Amino acid sequence: MNFLFFEGISQNPNSYLILAIIIFCAGIFTVLTRKNIIGILLGIELMLNAGALNFIAFSFFRHESADYSGHVFAIFVIVLAAAEAVVALAILLAVYQQRRSVSTDDISDLKG
Amino acid sequence: MDQMANYIWIIPAAPLLGFMINAGVSFFYGADAPAGLKKLSALLSPAVILVSFFIGLGIFLEMLGHGESERAVSQNLYTWIKAGTLEANATLYLDQLSIVFVLIITGVGFLIHLYSTGYMDHDRSMIRYFAYLNLFTFAMLILVMADNILLLFVGWEGVGLCSYLLIGFWFAVPKYASAGMKAFIVNRIGDFGFIIGFFMLFWGVFHYSGTTNIAFDSLKSVVGSLPGWYLTTISLLFFFGATGKSAQIPLYVWLPDAMAGPTPVSALIHAATMVTAGVYMIARMSFIFIATPFTLTVISIVAALTAFVAATIAITQNDIKKVLAYSTVSQLGYMFLAIGSGAFTAGVFHVMTHAFFKALLFLGAGSVILSAHHEQNILLMGGLRKKIPVTFITFFIGTLAIAGIPGLSGFFSKDEILWKVYSTPNEFFPELPLFLWLTGLITAGITSFYMFRLLFLTFFGKFRGDDEEAYEEVHESPLTMTIPLMILAVLSAVSGYIGLPESLGGQNLIHKWLAPVLALKEEPVVNHEMESHLMNLSILVSFAGAFMAYVLYILKPATPGVIAKTFAPIYKLLYGKYFVDEIYEAVIVAPLLKIRLMLNTFDHKIIDAFVNLTAVVTKAISRLHGIFDRVFVDGAVNNVATFTQYQAGIMRNLQNGSMNRYLYYIVGSFIMIYVFIRIL
Repeated sequence: MNFLFFEGISQNPNSYLILAIIIFCAGIFTVLTRKNIIGILLGIELMLNAGALNFIAFSFFRHESADYSGHVFAIFVIVLAAAEAVVALAILLAVYQQRRSVSTDDISDLKG
Repeated sequence: MDQMANYIWIIPAAPLLGFMINAGVSFFYGADAPAGLKKLSALLSPAVILVSFFIGLGIFLEMLGHGESERAVSQNLYTWIKAGTLEANATLYLDQLSIVFVLIITGVGFLIHLYSTGYMDHDRSMIRYFAYLNLFTFAMLILVMADNILLLFVGWEGVGLCSYLLIGFWFAVPKYASAGMKAFIVNRIGDFGFIIGFFMLFWGVFHYSGTTNIAFDSLKSVVGSLPGWYLTTISLLFFFGATGKSAQIPLYVWLPDAMAGPTPVSALIHAATMVTAGVYMIARMSFIFIATPFTLTVISIVAALTAFVAATIAITQNDIKKVLAYSTVSQLGYMFLAIGSGAFTAGVFHVMTHAFFKALLFLGAGSVILSAHHEQNILLMGGLRKKIPVTFITFFIGTLAIAGIPGLSGFFSKDEILWKVYSTPNEFFPELPLFLWLTGLITAGITSFYMFRLLFLTFFGKFRGDDEEAYEEVHESPLTMTIPLMILAVLSAVSGYIGLPESLGGQNLIHKWLAPVLALKEEPVVNHEMESHLMNLSILVSFAGAFMAYVLYILKPATPGVIAKTFAPIYKLLYGKYFVDEIYEAVIVAPLLKIRLMLNTFDHKIIDAFVNLTAVVTKAISRLHGIFDRVFVDGAVNNVATFTQYQAGIMRNLQNGSMNRYLYYIVGSFIMIYVFIRIL
């Protein structure tokens, strides 16, 4: 780990994992507590990025310089998140056009 | 040599082909076929019979070229029934006996087909008629050409069927249709005896000799091993079958009614061929009958009675066809009289001559009926001889022949029978031959009387119809009808000479021809002097009968009425045909109908009650089943549904539509799964 670029950052894997946990929990918390769908989507983004961070961290600390599969996964996650955001926001717009609301309380037609 | 023998199969096949074509056309067009097809049918139907006749003639000529024992030819067509060791082949067999019948059937049959083309010319259903007639010829040929009893029975039943179809040909008239049914039912009674007879024969032959071959040739050699009483039972049953088909007492009642059919049918079936099936059958199985003198005695007595009774009835009948019908019954009596005396050749000889002259008489009667515009009552005829000379002359020859006037065929065959009856001793009753002979002689006189009565009433004297116009319109029949009459007249006149008895310097050719294939009694003592005396006596009787008819119906036409009044009871008895039909009605039919009513009551009261009870019980059980169904089966099903609904009621609360709640569930579930996996 003598790359110039990485000097000055923590050499301890746990710090990255703890950061990821904090971000993930923040995401869950946001998802569970928000009534605004946009807020829920934001929470989901946080959880996805926490996952991506984990991939990068584990890949980086595996001491195998030639393996970038973790990084590839991170890029996939980012792409996935973008696609998901597009679809979700499209649905959201359609819902808003119909109901003039983005609150989960107003979107409860599927109750049994 | 013997090339013709390979074509035996054509003899029955040709009429069958004719039947199939006619039946097909008839089936396709119904009653109203185009005139062209009718003409074609009228051409085809006699033609196929002619083909059979020529093949038969060819085989006959070949037979003449062989020795006595090498004359029989046969052809196996296929194995018909194979059950265990029993094997019934469809084998055609021709020997001296059956070739005579084949020639009669196809020869006379052809003439009658030809005659029919004229007689049935105006009938809508002519094609159907020819289909039946061809089928009949086929069945009759199978009957006489059969190699074994079973195949014979096929023909036996086939001719019965055709007889029924043809008697009821004009089935739109209920009387005719019921005459057909009567013939069929009465024949079935006889057939019942016949069937039992041959079942017993199968069983007996198998039981006593171990063979299962039912061909006549084989039976001939094994019947000797059967016990006498058993054989007698069989032969009595066969004879009972013959009384049905050949119209003997007690089953002759159908034949007079069978005159409901078209006249050529009466000629072919009910005079010339089918009714002689019984004679053929017995002659074919002569080896059984000759071994059972008791049966022969029974046959003799029944035959003599039949001959006499039928002849006496014929005296008083006024319907031209009825007279001929009873005359046929009476003549069949003669044939059986011959058989009863063991003189099978004489019987077959009479079959042949009778076929000629009785076919002639019937066809002549048909010609008269057609000329007289469907008048059948001879009391309303008279003086027709000038109007229809050809019919008259031929009918006259036929009358001479049947009346036993010397020189014509009937005389020879009848006299042969009478002589055989007289000269054959009977083991049981020594006096019986004399009585039988006397009955036969008297019957001959009566025959001569009623036939000349018929002739005189029809053709002589003055016309007794309604008006002169009807008489003026009487016209001779077309050539297609008169030519067969002429041919048959010639045959009736000359065919007797092939049986010219030795006492007249003849050879008795037919006897010599048939003798090798028939089981015969020992020749009675030859006594030509006695034979000549008896012959003179019967000539005398014949002329006496004719003379009496001349006196009563030409010289003094008023006398018959006086006689009828003087002997009113006898006249009524004869005119009423001994009331046999009425007796059968009272003794058999009425009780049967009563039993039918009883069975009807039984049905209504007992069977129906039982059925209804069953229904009630079933209903009660069903009700119980219903309760069970509702309570238990439906209960189970409904409870499952209710329970599911109850569960669903609980579960639906989970799904309340709040997205946040769902998210909590998801996260909670993940945590629970994680914990679960960890614990495990």
